[in-house]
Amino acid sequence: MIKFDIQNLKLYYGDYQALKGIDLAIEEREITAFIGPSGCGKSTLLKSLNRMNDLVEGCRVVGKVLLDGEDIYGALDVTELRRRVGMVFQKPNPFPMSVYDNIAFGPRTHGITQKHKLDEIVETTLKNAAIWDELKDRLKKSAIALSGGQQQRLCIARALAVQPEVLLMDEPTSALDPISTGKIEELILDLKRRYSIVIVTHNMQQATRISDKTAFFLLGEVVEFDETENLFSAPRDKRTEDYITGRFG
Amino acid sequence: MKSRQRTKRKPLDLALAAVTYIAAGLTVAILLLLIGYVVIQGVPNLKLSMFSPRYTSENVSAFPAIVTTVELTLLSLIIAVPLGVCTAIYLTEYARRGNRVVGLIRITAETLSGIPSIVYGLFGMLFFVTALGWGFSLIAGALTLAIMILPLIMRTTEEALLSVPDSYREGSFGLGAGRLRTVFRIVLPAAVPGILSGVILAIGRIVGETAALIYTAGTAAEMPTLTGSARTLAVHMYTLSSEGLHTGEAYATAVILLVLVVGINALAAFSAKKLTRA
Ligand SMILES: Nc1ncnc2c1ncn2[C@@H]1O[C@H](COP(=O)(O)OP(=O)(O)OP(=O)(O)O)[C@@H](O)[C@H]1O
Ligand SMILES: [Mg+2]
Repeated sequence: MIKFDIQNLKLYYGDYQALKGIDLAIEEREITAFIGPSGCGKSTLLKSLNRMNDLVEGCRVVGKVLLDGEDIYGALDVTELRRRVGMVFQKPNPFPMSVYDNIAFGPRTHGITQKHKLDEIVETTLKNAAIWDELKDRLKKSAIALSGGQQQRLCIARALAVQPEVLLMDEPTSALDPISTGKIEELILDLKRRYSIVIVTHNMQQATRISDKTAFFLLGEVVEFDETENLFSAPRDKRTEDYITGRFG
Repeated sequence: MKSRQRTKRKPLDLALAAVTYIAAGLTVAILLLLIGYVVIQGVPNLKLSMFSPRYTSENVSAFPAIVTTVELTLLSLIIAVPLGVCTAIYLTEYARRGNRVVGLIRITAETLSGIPSIVYGLFGMLFFVTALGWGFSLIAGALTLAIMILPLIMRTTEEALLSVPDSYREGSFGLGAGRLRTVFRIVLPAAVPGILSGVILAIGRIVGETAALIYTAGTAAEMPTLTGSARTLAVHMYTLSSEGLHTGEAYATAVILLVLVVGINALAAFSAKKLTRA
């Protein structure tokens, strides 16, 4: 099943064209990795999948992004879109409030107010994100006091709390130490059973370790998109080969 | 590396360190001198009769002035804080960048914050007291001071909002929250300490104000009513010392004012702590 069908997507920041006609199909319950040199449009494409680019002044989108066959730039409500398509950012960004309130923020946004329901959501999402044991005694403590790795896993849990279908992750481990990175990769692999995941990474090893498919970007275009194994072992395009062997970028 | 730097200080380092110590010491010394002088002059003149509920020319009671100061401060804040905070929210969270109106509001606020308070007093007198026919009154004074502190509240709030990291906003929008929810649940709470420090500054200006109040709230020493003339402690002090008959009481009033200011600041700092922890 195709989750996201991106058809000839062009994106402009004012006069600057950041995406030059992207065609890409993102499969359900798979991990798709975006790789490519800095400034090639990976984050831009990721943000356009839950319309975070709406917040950028002067940003214009042409083309189609279909989520389960429905155009997200058409009639689909943005609030509902962002509930279905969650986002985890490069730098962990827990809100300056308690662990509990961080997790409950999303469900409350979407109208859940009963205490017992929220309690249940907080517990199950923290368990799903594999930090329940670490945080169950600190639910009322400020999330800002957690370690960077814990903060990032909290942010993943926060995104999971609204029961999304897709998780977008923009270099989620680039600000973390190797041990935290390992824990998050493990978590991502586990989440794959229930969610479709798109992850931007600068780390080739990470892409090979966790992703099923990989897209290589260059200057606003997808140069090559294939099974991760194929792309890294037998790249079809010369530019892909140059990039993954470290000859540029 | 580090330890060597610590043991072998360069002469320039030493000189700079000395300068900062001397500056800090001087500042503290001047402050202590000032407070000490006021306390030494004022405390012996403090009499219980100064706290009698009614002012007469014999007891020179400061009590009505204390009540007026508190009421005027609260009134001005109740008017100016919501207005200033909402304007700042509009400017930072809603208005598009490069919007002409935004530029205009900013320049106006900047200009207004540089105007001497007597000008606000004259405006208040011409508009509230004369044109609207309210006469010297607490409400005319409160509105005048509200206008006076509005730019200050606005600018400190704006700075506080701008210093809230965009990543909080992204996180909130990313979960499907709208702008209203993002602003009031995420951004504003994170900005509360900054906003409160603006409010404390504003309180300082209100409590210390005389010129603008003499022209709008007048100098009556009665217990305050909204539509009647009343004097704050600062104005009370000013009139006492300018009449020249009660210089001792003027110093005593200064002590009361000092205590009041310390009290209000402590309260504000306490509520800041409470609010940010919640
Ligand atoms: N808000 C914006 N306004 C204008 N131009 C932008 C904006 N955001 C990104 N760009 C430009 O669009 C291009 C793609 O940026 P993008 O952030 O998508 O790159 P990226 O592949 O994620 O890079 P990195 O690996 O460094 O994160 C860059 O040239 C960038 O300068
Ligand atoms: Mg990026």
